[in-house]
Amino acid sequence: MTTTHPIPSRARQIARTIGLFWSTSLAAEAEYRGNFVVAALSSAGNLFGAAFSMWLFYRAGAGFPGWSGAEVLVVLGLFSLWTGVITTVLTPNLSRIVTHVTEGTLEFVLLRPLDSQLQVSLRAMSPWGLPDLVFGAGLITVGVVASGHASPAALLGIVPMLSALVLLYALWFMLATTAIWFTKIYNATEVLRGLMDAGRFPIQAYPLAFRFVFTWVVPVAFLTTVPAEVMLGRSNWTWLIGSAGVAVVALLLSRLIWLRALRSYTGASG
Amino acid sequence: MRALHLALRLLWMRSRGLFMASYAYMTEYRAELLLWALSMSLSFILMGVWFEASSRADVGITPENVVRYFFSVFLVRQLTVVWVVWDVEEQVRLGKLSSQLLLPIDPVWRHLMGHIAERFARLPFVVVLVALFFALYPAAFFVPSPSSVGLFVLLSLGAFLLRFIIQYTVAMGCFWLERASAIETLHVLLYMFASGAIAPLEAFPVEVREVLMLTPFPYMIWLPARALMGDVDVDVLWRGALVMSAWGGFFLVVNRVLWRRGLRRYSAMGA
Repeated sequence: MTTTHPIPSRARQIARTIGLFWSTSLAAEAEYRGNFVVAALSSAGNLFGAAFSMWLFYRAGAGFPGWSGAEVLVVLGLFSLWTGVITTVLTPNLSRIVTHVTEGTLEFVLLRPLDSQLQVSLRAMSPWGLPDLVFGAGLITVGVVASGHASPAALLGIVPMLSALVLLYALWFMLATTAIWFTKIYNATEVLRGLMDAGRFPIQAYPLAFRFVFTWVVPVAFLTTVPAEVMLGRSNWTWLIGSAGVAVVALLLSRLIWLRALRSYTGASG
Repeated sequence: MRALHLALRLLWMRSRGLFMASYAYMTEYRAELLLWALSMSLSFILMGVWFEASSRADVGITPENVVRYFFSVFLVRQLTVVWVVWDVEEQVRLGKLSSQLLLPIDPVWRHLMGHIAERFARLPFVVVLVALFFALYPAAFFVPSPSSVGLFVLLSLGAFLLRFIIQYTVAMGCFWLERASAIETLHVLLYMFASGAIAPLEAFPVEVREVLMLTPFPYMIWLPARALMGDVDVDVLWRGALVMSAWGGFFLVVNRVLWRRGLRRYSAMGA
């Protein structure tokens, strides 16, 4: 069976492995079920706080140029969605990567017949990001509908959203890879989170210099503003293709850095 | 008299020893400290957003003050970072607390000294980031008066101690719950939104602000930041001192009670 369709069976094998990885992490996390209440409470609180701080801008009549109160909810929803992704997949794996490097167990990962980047990126998952994912998706829907943009064209937003997901992963993985050189970087996710915070607001809310940085240096604009604009039907093909391009470049770069880092990995003493 | 002298000498030697050990440990992982300092970029992000907003409409604070305010917020947050709940959680969960309890010194001193030593190890990065900020944005440069700086340092110290005692009290939850740090995330949430870290309190509706002023949060960021800007009334200062010491005293008592009860429950690993 493996000889006739080598590629699909390989893909199936990978999917099965990841399925196993995740079900074991879920089983481990299920030990702390009470956490779920806290996680849901803190996501709800976070969302309320974020919405409140947005309201502060509109209350004084400042707002954000080109964004109505309802439209800006889409940006907030996307932000919440990515926060959920970070909590669900990125943070739990990062601490594992750091442990692999500090304790030298990365060797076992490298020995296994499965791509090392795939293994360290998707080994663990944590269900505590679920409330953020749900609230985020809900808020995006509310924002699109309330601002009167509920049309099939809004579904085009899936493309820049997928690009944003890839970009988020690539940015995070590049940070995580630095563990091989710097060893103890449990808080690299905090840096990513800190920069991601810029995605709370549409890029038009920033002064010119910030806009440049958040588009081209730390491409936060591609995480929230670009997908939101596509969903609200006021973007063009340039941004759609551009977002995919940025994602692919970032992914390739993360791969390159990982391979380079592995060459300088020297085991537990490194 | 001699006994007092000896006690003070012992205290000094102990704190110096703990400080030096913690400082050496902290400098070993300098890269991590740089990442921590960078993770506080939120203040600068919000500075940009509020700067734009305040130049478009009257939001209760001028653009110039927005820049100074969020810059001061950045400094206060660097000076008042606290993570004791994660350390305590690990010690209790893995049973590492047992060896600490054998020492003739309360474990809290080790935590406290670790935090203070980290502050000094972090300082060079903060100086570099501040220099970078003013190099990129020279228009924001301002020299606070010596009295403002003194008040700022004093209030930041108070804010740090208050945050430490509150978080250490949350950490006492470890004796009953597996993950007290989950409660801490809720506490941080309140802290971020109610302290003025997200938006200057001047932009809040008056009623909301009045309620917040009774909580300990505005005194952890907003008040020290205003002090550095040299823009704080004497009665606000007195009220701050009152509210801070009331909350500090409250948490100190709760903390000691929970510590005693918790220790009785503690059964080393698997507690």
